Amino acid sequence: MSRREADEVIDVSALPTYVYGHRGIIWWGTAGMIAIESTVFALAGFTYFYVRSRVDQWPPSADAPDLLWGTLALAIALLSLIPNQWTKKAAEEENRAKARLGLFICLGFAIGLLVVRVFEFSALNVRWDTNAYGSAVWMLLGLHTAHLLTDFYDSVVLTALTVTGPWEGKRFVDVSENAMYWYFVVIAWVPIYGMIYLAPRLL
Amino acid sequence: MAAARARVPRSAPAIEADGDLHARLSRAWGREGGVAGWFSDIDHKTSGVRFIVTAFGFFVAGGILAALMRLQLSRPENTLIGPDLYNQIFTMHGTTMMFLFAVPMMLGVGVYIVPLMVGARNIAFPRMVAFAYWVFLFGGLMLYTAFFFNAGPDAGWFSYTPLAGPEFTPGKRSDFWAQLITYTEVSALLVSIALITTIFKLRAPGMTINRMPHFVWAMLVTSFVVVFAMPAVMFASTSLITDRLVGTHFFNPAEGGDALLWQHLFWFFGHPEVYLIFLPALGMISMIIGTFSRRPVFGYPGLVIAQIATGFFSFGLWVHHMFATQLPEVGKAFFTAASLLIALPTALQIFCWIATLWTGRLNFKTPLLFVLAFFVILVIGGLTGIMLGSVALDLQIHDTYFVVAHLHYVLIGGAVFPLFGAFYYWFPKITGRMLSETLGRWNFWLFFVGFNVTFFPMHNLGLQGMPRRVYTYPADMGWNVLNAIASVGAAMIAVSMLLFVVNVAVSYRRGARAGANPWSASSLEWATPSPPPPYNFAAIPVLGGREPLWEEKGIAGRVEGLDVDTPMALVTTLVDAKPDHRSIQPTPTPWPFLSAVALTMFFVGSIFSPWAVVWLSIPVTIAVTIWFWPREQETQEHLALERRP
Repeated sequence: MSRREADEVIDVSALPTYVYGHRGIIWWGTAGMIAIESTVFALAGFTYFYVRSRVDQWPPSADAPDLLWGTLALAIALLSLIPNQWTKKAAEEENRAKARLGLFICLGFAIGLLVVRVFEFSALNVRWDTNAYGSAVWMLLGLHTAHLLTDFYDSVVLTALTVTGPWEGKRFVDVSENAMYWYFVVIAWVPIYGMIYLAPRLL
Repeated sequence: MAAARARVPRSAPAIEADGDLHARLSRAWGREGGVAGWFSDIDHKTSGVRFIVTAFGFFVAGGILAALMRLQLSRPENTLIGPDLYNQIFTMHGTTMMFLFAVPMMLGVGVYIVPLMVGARNIAFPRMVAFAYWVFLFGGLMLYTAFFFNAGPDAGWFSYTPLAGPEFTPGKRSDFWAQLITYTEVSALLVSIALITTIFKLRAPGMTINRMPHFVWAMLVTSFVVVFAMPAVMFASTSLITDRLVGTHFFNPAEGGDALLWQHLFWFFGHPEVYLIFLPALGMISMIIGTFSRRPVFGYPGLVIAQIATGFFSFGLWVHHMFATQLPEVGKAFFTAASLLIALPTALQIFCWIATLWTGRLNFKTPLLFVLAFFVILVIGGLTGIMLGSVALDLQIHDTYFVVAHLHYVLIGGAVFPLFGAFYYWFPKITGRMLSETLGRWNFWLFFVGFNVTFFPMHNLGLQGMPRRVYTYPADMGWNVLNAIASVGAAMIAVSMLLFVVNVAVSYRRGARAGANPWSASSLEWATPSPPPPYNFAAIPVLGGREPLWEEKGIAGRVEGLDVDTPMALVTTLVDAKPDHRSIQPTPTPWPFLSAVALTMFFVGSIFSPWAVVWLSIPVTIAVTIWFWPREQETQEHLALERRP
């Protein structure tokens, strides 16, 4: 190596090969996706209120969406944060069996949410092609459902990996990041729920 | 060059590996040969060059379309191109230049240069970047395929509703446009995440955040602007395509929608878009000015703050594209103020550069010429921008050739001239050969003169009332001479571009050998051989200063303890760039390419049937799952090296 002798040498051979949280590369990738998708949600919300500003009556020529299914979804989503956090901790303790169990429980909640989501669409009391209000509501719910579906599938693949392997330490980071993303999916649902179900009644 | 060395303390020798280390590192970071290896390549240098070459190909295509328009407009009542084809041509020209040339080109240069500049061996998420390249390529090919089948978009590059909606543009033209947008934005968003992560986490030890080169700062701010601006146009184009294909009413006033909603969503992206083309160019300018003034650029904190401020302000300007709509006047006044405000950080940067040039000892090579032209052209474009920022004046000249002149002065002067400077500056690093200075000067002067001959008369044409986007004009309007002059200028630009292509083709084979640091520059990319080996640096350098190759202890040492038989990166802390952990990076795989193929089927299918969204999501899902799924052998290798946190 054509370097001068007096150089300072930093030996990094003792450093870990993976870490959790914002020190790691994967966290930044997840955070970047969350930033992008939050922007999309915000724009969908902007569109909803923009459309609302164009009409006198809200919702226009439709009943407000039924509260039951959406509220149930909110309850399931918020409850799912408990096994989600439990799974995240299990991953960071590097306990594969516990993380696997946690992932299965989380998958159960996700399936429950997806089932409720089907009923939610049928209880919106408006079609996407009825008017712009209907379009905005379907867009909000559709976007959130897309996130539910992708994170559900992501969790399925991860769960399968905990069962079959090949397994190494940095897969625990994947489980931990997956839990972070689920936090985003749940937290995003709170304002979207407010827009779809409460805004027509309260505003 | 000898004179340069007198002032610059030393030009550090290149960091090179001896035979055995070179072979092992090349195996770890390189790829297999052959066709499969070619499609599996995830080296950031490969992806960067692919972005640059492909985007340049689209630049040529968009330029040919521009030349056709100038040919049509060179004389009045010309019948060369009919109105329908002309509409497609100007839409394709704008769409190509904005979405298929400017953004991917700037990001592509970032993908190539940033990891080298921060002392990393590859970009973060290299497979995702490879995927982003293929998605971009397929999106562009889809658009041009549609164009050749007479299904090219024809509603302008900003595709205003209701014109682009289902009622006034039946058929598939606007659908292809909307899906192209989705393609290119997916690509740009993924690259931005990779760049942000690379800049935050993969900097060499010692490159604290206040030692980052200006181009790295520029790409960081650009990437953040992409992350928060591009979702708007994706959301808009998705809403447009659902309006067109499944009967939603976002932009349909008859059912409670609003055509102006499109303009808000589009320009909330569209104005930052201008800055995310402009900001990387500012970074290029700072690098070139530093090198060719042979001194550190004056006012580092000021320049950095100005770049960040420009990024922020770029989100507060979008309504100035909508002064001709029925918005509240108070709101317009706010956006006038914001539009003028952005002149402040731009002026601050220009003053810093002037101070650098003033106190430096200039080395008048081609890259510097292009940067000096930037000053002239951008100032003119900025002045007409201030004029257009005034609501009263804007109403008079909205949608005239004055706007065409303004936007080309800003975009070509602000971005394309610095970009050509960057081509001449970094070509030796990428290829190991110098571009010819003689041809470079011809290229520059023909471009500079041709540009002004083309676009300066358009100011006058606009003031005389010539509307943009007309396919011809009557002979008695008094526009004949200026149009003819503009067309002559376009021919000069075409010749200058031809010279550039010749220069690249000849120099690539027969240009003078560049060596590691032909310009005696200061930043890290010049500390490794040209072209860089697959692993970029034989040893990760440890920085001791802001200008590593100029300062006595600029490269204070090196990193040891990274495995040389696997692609192992050193991850450092965000602010201080202290070694934090080691990370084993992904290996080459064809699945990003295959996933992009699947995604292309998905996007194209969705244009023709909503059910395609369901069925064609299956191959996408399968492809990305195989992409993610770990291989047994690699896992064993990782386990052998694993060290828990």
